[in-house]
Amino acid sequence: MRTQCNPSRFVSNRMQKVPPSGIRKFFDMASDSEDVISLGVGEPDYVTPWHIREACIHSIEHGETSYTSNYGLMELREEISRTYTKRHNVYYDPTNEILVTTGVSEALDLAIRAIVNPGDEIIVVQPSYVAYVPSIIFAGGVPVTIGAKGENDFRITAEEIEAAITDKTKAVIINYPNNPTGATMDRDELEAIADVIVEHDIMMISDDVYERLTYKGKHTCFSALEGMRDRTIMLNGFSKAYAMTGFRMAYAMAAPEIINSMMLIHQYSMLCAPITAQVGAIEALRNGEEEVGKMVREYDRRRKLIVGGLNDIGLDCFNPGGAFYAFPSIKSTGLTSDEFAERLLNEQNVVTIPGDIFGETGAGFLRCAYAASREDIKEAIDRIGTFVDGL
Amino acid sequence: MDEQTRNILEILEEDARIVPEEIAALTGMTVEEVSRKIEYLEKAKIIRKYKTIVDWELAGENYVYAIIELKVQLERKLGYQAIAERLYKFPEVRSVRLLSGEHDISITVRGNSMKQVAFFVAEKIATLDQVQSTATHFVLKTYKENGLILDEPDQVKRLAVSP
Repeated sequence: MRTQCNPSRFVSNRMQKVPPSGIRKFFDMASDSEDVISLGVGEPDYVTPWHIREACIHSIEHGETSYTSNYGLMELREEISRTYTKRHNVYYDPTNEILVTTGVSEALDLAIRAIVNPGDEIIVVQPSYVAYVPSIIFAGGVPVTIGAKGENDFRITAEEIEAAITDKTKAVIINYPNNPTGATMDRDELEAIADVIVEHDIMMISDDVYERLTYKGKHTCFSALEGMRDRTIMLNGFSKAYAMTGFRMAYAMAAPEIINSMMLIHQYSMLCAPITAQVGAIEALRNGEEEVGKMVREYDRRRKLIVGGLNDIGLDCFNPGGAFYAFPSIKSTGLTSDEFAERLLNEQNVVTIPGDIFGETGAGFLRCAYAASREDIKEAIDRIGTFVDGL
Repeated sequence: MDEQTRNILEILEEDARIVPEEIAALTGMTVEEVSRKIEYLEKAKIIRKYKTIVDWELAGENYVYAIIELKVQLERKLGYQAIAERLYKFPEVRSVRLLSGEHDISITVRGNSMKQVAFFVAEKIATLDQVQSTATHFVLKTYKENGLILDEPDQVKRLAVSP
């Protein structure tokens, strides 16, 4: 008889270094309870605007079901290029500086794999989206996390980035407007960071997927800063602005050498992004402005509702300038983020995410996504108030 | 129009019963500012009326609606205004619109039965001097009214938690 196999013996050492996602626990707990109000969802509560869905249906009906160029449909890359010229006055050549990907998640993975040699360090500004650190580990790089601070409304400073740079640093990853804090950055703050990037001859990976959800002032595109175009890998997508999460539609823009390397990985792993979603993305860029405006105005109302509500019940919450997250401090309650979130879910059926899942400086904070109906937000705040009063 | 005015109008258009306190929470304005703004909008007739969309069928009231397209003969000097006024004064007439194209005017009529609507059109509308011809279309089902989808299927559920 053949000997039994032990599958875990075959899992790579690299994979064993990656911890499970901290969000998983809350997902399982939330799925078990009824009457749950979730402020734990990192995606719009809107359905994709009908004109975009309709364009996809039309495309399928007309038999557009083939592969596309590895880079993505030329028509889409041209629209993306035009959009960046118009919105940020920075030009990317659609022939070799734009790559259409399946979500910013893929674009991020490609960007890191394209530039990391074993042992290279990538600085991750936290609190951050949960995929950055694992993606660096998958690529054989070394994640170096630095924490934006609550007292600075979770904006990172050029000095804090500079202090983490070593001879092995290859790039910095930032994400503004930020998931999970909702923080945004001003132009002069980014200019100071740009100086550091140039001085140490490293790259910037900028995840701008929440760009359109900016409520205060105008979003500054990092690659549009002087001298930054070829030092930046710009990542952006359709999920948040156009409520297209399930379409998995995004893109990366960078110098041709970088995009070419990313395209090679994409070519051999993904081949191309799904054509139907690409057709939807073209429609979104051409005719989506009005719907985006409507959704952004409604998110802005909910932002005011939730930030005001949280502050009223005594949870100190700074005014986030973007995305759809409020990030209140729960330090006054004496509970840890994890205790607070877990008890809140068990006792009041409200899902929130502990801030430290996104990085150390998120400890003592809570991510509350306000991509939920006003009724749910009001009810959630009532329940959180009841919970806090009962402590 | 300034941003806050537009904001208030959008909020009210969606929910006429929302109170100023709540609008204040949604806009960051004070309750007094909101109330003053609304008062102004009402006075300026930018806000015309607060109405309720009723599903009469669910309430057990089987109203019959018909859209009637009219060709009209214009009177010297008076133009379309005169005929429009004659039409909209009937309470049975729920809307009156001047159209481009084949017909001149389209009206919506509500009644308790098809017979009642048909007789109303025959006796009151078709007999008007200016009206040359009428074409009556009875409404069989209303799917969307004033931007509101009346029997929308339930939305697909999102995951309760996602990063």
